[in-house]
Amino acid sequence: MKPYLRDKVPTSFEDIPENTSYEAGYLVTKNAGWRNVRPVIDTAKCVGCLNCYLYCPDGVIYQKDGKVQIDYDFCKGCGICKKICRIGAIELEAEK
Amino acid sequence: MAVTAKTLNETEFFYGHKACAGCGGSLAVRIALKVLGERSIAVVPAGCMSAVGFNFPQLCFGNNAIISTFAGTASMLTGVEAGLRAQGITNFHAVGFAGDGGTADIGLQALSGAIDRNDDILYICYDNEAYMNTGIQKSSLTPFGARTTTTPAGKNIHGNLRQKKNMFEIVAAHGIPYAATASVGYINDFMRKVEKAKSIKGTKYIHILAPCPTGWGIKTDETVEAAKEVVDCGLWYLAEYENGSFTLNHDPKEFSSVEDYLRKQARFRHLTDEDIEIIKQSRDAKWEYIHKNFK
Amino acid sequence: MARKFLSGNEAFAYGVRLARPHVISAYPITPQTIVVEKLSEFVEDGSLRSEFIHVESEHSALSCAMGASSVGARAFTATSSQGLLYMAECLPYAAGGRFPIVMMNANRSTALPWNIYGDQRDSLSQLDSGWIQAYAENAQEALDIALMSFYIAEHKNVSTPFMANLDGFVLTHTYEVVDVPTAEQADEFLPPFETENKLSLSNPKNLGFSAGPDTNTFFKYKEHSGLLNVRNVVAEAESKFESIFGRKYTGLTESFKTDDADYILITLGSISGLAREIVDRLREQGEKVGLLRIRYMRPFPNDEIAAAVKNAKAVAVLEKDISFGNEGTVYTNVNSALQKAGISIPTSDYIGGLGGKNISAEEIEGIFEELKQKKSAVKFLGIEVR
Repeated sequence: MKPYLRDKVPTSFEDIPENTSYEAGYLVTKNAGWRNVRPVIDTAKCVGCLNCYLYCPDGVIYQKDGKVQIDYDFCKGCGICKKICRIGAIELEAEK
Repeated sequence: MAVTAKTLNETEFFYGHKACAGCGGSLAVRIALKVLGERSIAVVPAGCMSAVGFNFPQLCFGNNAIISTFAGTASMLTGVEAGLRAQGITNFHAVGFAGDGGTADIGLQALSGAIDRNDDILYICYDNEAYMNTGIQKSSLTPFGARTTTTPAGKNIHGNLRQKKNMFEIVAAHGIPYAATASVGYINDFMRKVEKAKSIKGTKYIHILAPCPTGWGIKTDETVEAAKEVVDCGLWYLAEYENGSFTLNHDPKEFSSVEDYLRKQARFRHLTDEDIEIIKQSRDAKWEYIHKNFK
Repeated sequence: MARKFLSGNEAFAYGVRLARPHVISAYPITPQTIVVEKLSEFVEDGSLRSEFIHVESEHSALSCAMGASSVGARAFTATSSQGLLYMAECLPYAAGGRFPIVMMNANRSTALPWNIYGDQRDSLSQLDSGWIQAYAENAQEALDIALMSFYIAEHKNVSTPFMANLDGFVLTHTYEVVDVPTAEQADEFLPPFETENKLSLSNPKNLGFSAGPDTNTFFKYKEHSGLLNVRNVVAEAESKFESIFGRKYTGLTESFKTDDADYILITLGSISGLAREIVDRLREQGEKVGLLRIRYMRPFPNDEIAAAVKNAKAVAVLEKDISFGNEGTVYTNVNSALQKAGISIPTSDYIGGLGGKNISAEEIEGIFEELKQKKSAVKFLGIEVR
């Protein structure tokens, strides 16, 4: 199961578990704020080799409806995807 | 058929973690879990991956996972495996992800014990060549010449004076069913090895070189490149140990420049030409040994 | 029920066999070895179906037990002295993880100087680790505690690891006639281990995580509450135990002729047998003396101690421990219990039996004699104050 963002942030005495065990893959914060640059995929150039997906340390690149996409909630902007893309289909744009 | 980007399990099991941007260790963990699948139970000792993945209530493993003591990766894996088997559960993969210090230093005894017992576990060492989580201190897998916060580079001493411990062959010397080296720069090779380990009974060990941009002093987008170059220039190698013999998986016809590899990294920037000559010589001696003893 | 001639270690091993742990991980250390040797024999002869893991250290012994417990398996280990200290990192880890592992500790002195004989400095140095700590007096109690420990540790209100202490050699190696319950009786007593605090393939969990300043106190308070719940669960376990096996135990402490006693001696472990004899002897001479044996050091029996000594004129603690630079730890804890209860009577600490030194009947009689002076003092048996 892929970890995903939840609404509830258990931090009160009542909400925390009785022991150090909790549902796997429970996310309460994003990583988007870490990013200085944003990778953008030129879907016209992309051949779907999936090398960017393979080498992404955060696993934020995925394929949906035949297109390679990026989960910007968790992309940290490391730039590995741009470097790994042999056909130059990924550009890094400065975050505003 | 070997698993590829196209056939790899689409599910992400290590996600939303707080590892530094461009972290090689997190890439190794992520890919290994995708190959092993949802029935993997991960044991992760105190170290980078537990620090970035297990901060309640931000829990970043989608599969079962637990933090072990720093020294206890292998022994906890043993308990997990035995505990499930004793309850009649067998279709799972007990996998450990420990760093270089957690493996070659403090965790070596427990790892040796597990291999000796031939416990049915997979131990993956993500080697970023220093204690990165605590702020880049020397481990026994820190290479010669590297500057760390406990092997400073000055006029008198040029960083780490010791060679990298030979974990792969130390593990192999136990007569382990399967051991391999890997690099995040050659991820397909790593995936193949994890897949192979998945099908072998007994103890398996994979040692994957995983650059740390923070500790190595490289840009966040250079992780994969550096991990590829270290293999290409001969300072790391891709090999397997199985049925009592060593196999070399990748034999570069000609090494790329060691100097180029080293000079790009802040941790090696202080090295003199003489230092680099020492590194080249030890590389050549290693390869002579490899060519003589590996298939 | 069968009657057997067993040492404390063997009796404990028989108790563990009745609990049928899934996993046993242990590393040898004198004087614990017999318990793990016996369990290995049980595994070999097929009378115990446990995974016996030959770990390479005590640290791994407990780490392995935690791994087993983390997947819902019943786990047992045993150690002593240096071994307990070697695994010390894992003690609060297991307690904080709420893994109800049972461990037998053969009480032994700690180096330096090296010494393999019994005192209680090893386990008492780990009182703050979050484990339940029980101390057996004889081989029968050792077996009974072995069986009850799993019930108590695994109880949903407790979920805390259990350290059962047996005095090294004096108890671990001394043979007595012991009633060994049948497996059927044991099964009637001990339910299977069930917990939600586990890694599960059908319900994946992340265990053993970090908890920052915001929630850390909450987790620690819950851990503390689990230990405090032990008192009621011990009572429940002992009541059920008595109904099945016919043997009665008395909770966190055991009082002997304390009701009308002017002078009370407080003990821990196997020395209590001799102390009880002395109490009887002095009672025959008309002395109003009594004995309070502490059975559990954690949770600490504050209320039981206060209730037992509230009408006494003076109290002495006899213990095989010294917290260097202060006093014996049992004494510190007893004084705290009295202070909280508003009981203001002289208390003395007698430190003896270190490194296996014999404590004689005369010395115990001497303690009762000195109590009449109604003065507080900390003394080492066999050493005059210089």
